[in-house]
Amino acid sequence: MTRRLPVIAAVAVAALLSALPLQAAPQPTPIAAGEEVLVQRHEVGVPGGRLIVALRAEPRTLNPVVSADLPSREVIGRMTADLIHINRLTQATEPSLATAWTRSKDGRVYTLTLRKGIRFSDGDPFDADDVVFSFRVLMDGRVASPQRDLLIVGGKPIEVVKVGPHTVRFTLAEPYAAAERLFDSIAILPRHLLERAYADGTLQDAWTPRAAAASMAGLGPYRLKEYVAGQRVVLERNPYYWKADSAKRRLPYIDELVFLFTGTEDAQVIRFQNGESDVLARAGADNFNLLVKDQAARRYQLADLGPSLEYYFLFFNLNDLSKKNLPEVAARQRWFNDLAFRRAVSRAIDREAIARLVFRGRAVPLWGSVSPGNRLWVNTALPHPARSVAEARATLKAAGYSWRADGALLDAHGQRIEFTIVTSATNPQRVEMATLIQADLKELGITVRVVPLEFRALLDRVFETFDYDASVFGLGGGDADPNAELTVWLSNGTNHLWRLGQPAAATPWEAAVDRLMQQQLVTLDMRERKRLYDRVQAIVSEQLPFVFLVAPHILVGARADLGNFQPAVLDHYTLWNVDQLYFKTPASDRR
Amino acid sequence: MTRSIWLIPLVGLHLLILLAGFVAPYDPTAQARTIPFAPPVRPHLFDAAGTFHLRPFVYAVVPSGDGYVADTSHRYPIRFFTRESRYAIVPGLENDIHLFGVDAPARISIFGTDGYGRDVLSRVLHGARVSIIAGLLATLCALLAGTALGTLAGFVGGATDKVIMRAADVFMAVPWIYLLFAVRAALPLQIDTRAAFLLLVAVLGIVGWARPSRLVRGIVLSAKERTYVLAAEGFGAQPLYVLRRHVLPQTYGVVLTQAGLLVPQFILAEVTLSFLGLGVGEPDASLGSMLGTLQQYHVLASYWWMFAPAVMLVLVAAAYHALTSFGHERARLVAS
Repeated sequence: MTRRLPVIAAVAVAALLSALPLQAAPQPTPIAAGEEVLVQRHEVGVPGGRLIVALRAEPRTLNPVVSADLPSREVIGRMTADLIHINRLTQATEPSLATAWTRSKDGRVYTLTLRKGIRFSDGDPFDADDVVFSFRVLMDGRVASPQRDLLIVGGKPIEVVKVGPHTVRFTLAEPYAAAERLFDSIAILPRHLLERAYADGTLQDAWTPRAAAASMAGLGPYRLKEYVAGQRVVLERNPYYWKADSAKRRLPYIDELVFLFTGTEDAQVIRFQNGESDVLARAGADNFNLLVKDQAARRYQLADLGPSLEYYFLFFNLNDLSKKNLPEVAARQRWFNDLAFRRAVSRAIDREAIARLVFRGRAVPLWGSVSPGNRLWVNTALPHPARSVAEARATLKAAGYSWRADGALLDAHGQRIEFTIVTSATNPQRVEMATLIQADLKELGITVRVVPLEFRALLDRVFETFDYDASVFGLGGGDADPNAELTVWLSNGTNHLWRLGQPAAATPWEAAVDRLMQQQLVTLDMRERKRLYDRVQAIVSEQLPFVFLVAPHILVGARADLGNFQPAVLDHYTLWNVDQLYFKTPASDRR
Repeated sequence: MTRSIWLIPLVGLHLLILLAGFVAPYDPTAQARTIPFAPPVRPHLFDAAGTFHLRPFVYAVVPSGDGYVADTSHRYPIRFFTRESRYAIVPGLENDIHLFGVDAPARISIFGTDGYGRDVLSRVLHGARVSIIAGLLATLCALLAGTALGTLAGFVGGATDKVIMRAADVFMAVPWIYLLFAVRAALPLQIDTRAAFLLLVAVLGIVGWARPSRLVRGIVLSAKERTYVLAAEGFGAQPLYVLRRHVLPQTYGVVLTQAGLLVPQFILAEVTLSFLGLGVGEPDASLGSMLGTLQQYHVLASYWWMFAPAVMLVLVAAAYHALTSFGHERARLVAS
């Protein structure tokens, strides 16, 4: 019954929003002579209208330097621009604020030529000083930006030097493969607005959601208009935006972008279903199917974009517990550390059933870390052994395991095999995956208990106390490039979940993965990098630190008359080209 | 005493739930992975061609597009006393005869299946058993402790009375749901979920003793001043005899009424906990954990048969309400 309240509130908000007359949106300024506007070749649209998007949660900040949570990044991404951009459709890099760039032969020095004559959303001109300032801020340890680690190459910050008013040179301590991809999503800041705050050491506290719109500016298609705490943030068109369509009309088309704060995925879906929001950024398979059934009666378009870059997996606690007082977990690690045991578990899991039951068929079974959605990097030669309980039993038998008369699996010491899978209680899909695994492993005589935990309690166990046996997690979904996965596969990485905080690689195969990942990092030849990364994928799928399960599809939706809607499998799935979106029907006919 | 007729549903319901293993056609944890969220199967008397059959039959369901259709090419008559999965009515007494069933590959899921293809009817029956046992055990704890302490306080009086009643005040002020959260969080992960569950039942019972003890104390206080009690004492009756013969019988009505109130209250407590994922763990069913899946919008909106545990919960609560009325009437009779 508590569900009704948000629905009523949503209806009220929608009624209120549609009743509000669009205050005169800032008209795009005419394109000046000498302004290097980026002309895009997409379908020419009609200006006007208001696009409403439901966010899962309220953004914590509008400051691109310190934002880490997804809702913040969703909003900030529309208000800022980067130097070199990864095209979400082609997954290749393309010019953004930099019109061109060159790389030195040794792959260490990048020289970027900046777009001339363009302005921030407050009308202030953009030049190389803004770029140098932005990178100085991001790499400053005192600011503690979550993006800082990305910009530390070979243990040293990238050296950024202004060569001319529109030329900047970046020098890396070591060659870094695909370094131009690093520039994606790194927001260029307005020096004229933030320099003082930076000098005072208060920059990380600037641009909170309560900050005045006039104190902010960016190079993105939208700028802040109004922030209503707990309800919505309203963005308006940036009249100085540096992109235009082929008719030489300055983008974006849509006057206002409204983000509503809803709270849950279900609430997002309900709003979209009721026509109270125009774009559904991402839906779970169950809700997506619900929308599909209802599609004929409503006016929206839905898209299943196929497998995402995310991968879900089961993993066992292989951490070194010698310093922790966890004798019981340590005793069970005898099995978890046994490769034959992990192989048997992997062989007994019905991945097809997970894809079918948990994701309603909108997921693909996985046997490696790279989803088939990542066409450039997936190792297609990996074996995909079908589920076989008989094979799994044979593997266990050969490794010295046996079965009691009642069917329970025993290890070589006669100890009964049982363990716990901890999952996040708020994520029904992971609980469901764990429940299916529980039933699958029962056929091997393994007793599995599924314990849903509150999310922070789960993270505490996995990352801090190591007091758990096994868990189901999901990772990935960032960039397609292997460098995005460094934190997972390097043995000292922060997401090396199965064995965290290693001073040195604990096993020969982890050492081999470390070498391969480091090597691909400094290899500039794409084909050679692919060969090295293929090897990493092969080792991981043999050693099974993660028992890979599925990669879910990206499922999105938008109202039927939204033009240029081209969702992509890279984040942000639906609003990455918000500057090109437009309404095909005039506003007066819509609501 | 005509109200005792209302006890028939209560007894019937408990018999049904006690015999869950026999009445339920399937193992409540067995997954039929090809038919998740299959709608209830309807027993037929007329086949697709319109021919009448004396023995009711069902059709097998086959996935079709986003839903399911009945495969009318073959009839599966409903059979009685079929052999299916093994179960135990009481621990140690195993059997595999079920009240009714159909031949594979058809399945007689008259309440449909859940997201894993598990039979909802079987889960409701087994789940209700877990929930009701929890309620009964907790009530037993609460009433035993409550009656004992209430009698002691009322009969002995003085400092004993004061201490017990102030303790009761404290227990009544404890917000039990937070207490349960705290207890569940403090338990180690590796504890068997059933053991954790029984511990929670004990906590419920221990917190719940306060209200019955107050009521019992009141009755004991008034009963021990009655003239016939004073007369018995005058004839030299021992306190224990007076208590057993004259005082305790006065409390029966109240205790029975309290039982009728506490059982559904404790069942709801269990349901709340399981609903929040803190009660019985997967794959075992309880009414609360089954209702928990309704927190997901798609389940709520698409699969109406998943409300079956809610119906069961209402029935159980109504049956206990009848018991309360019965207890109330009896108390009136005793008093007059």
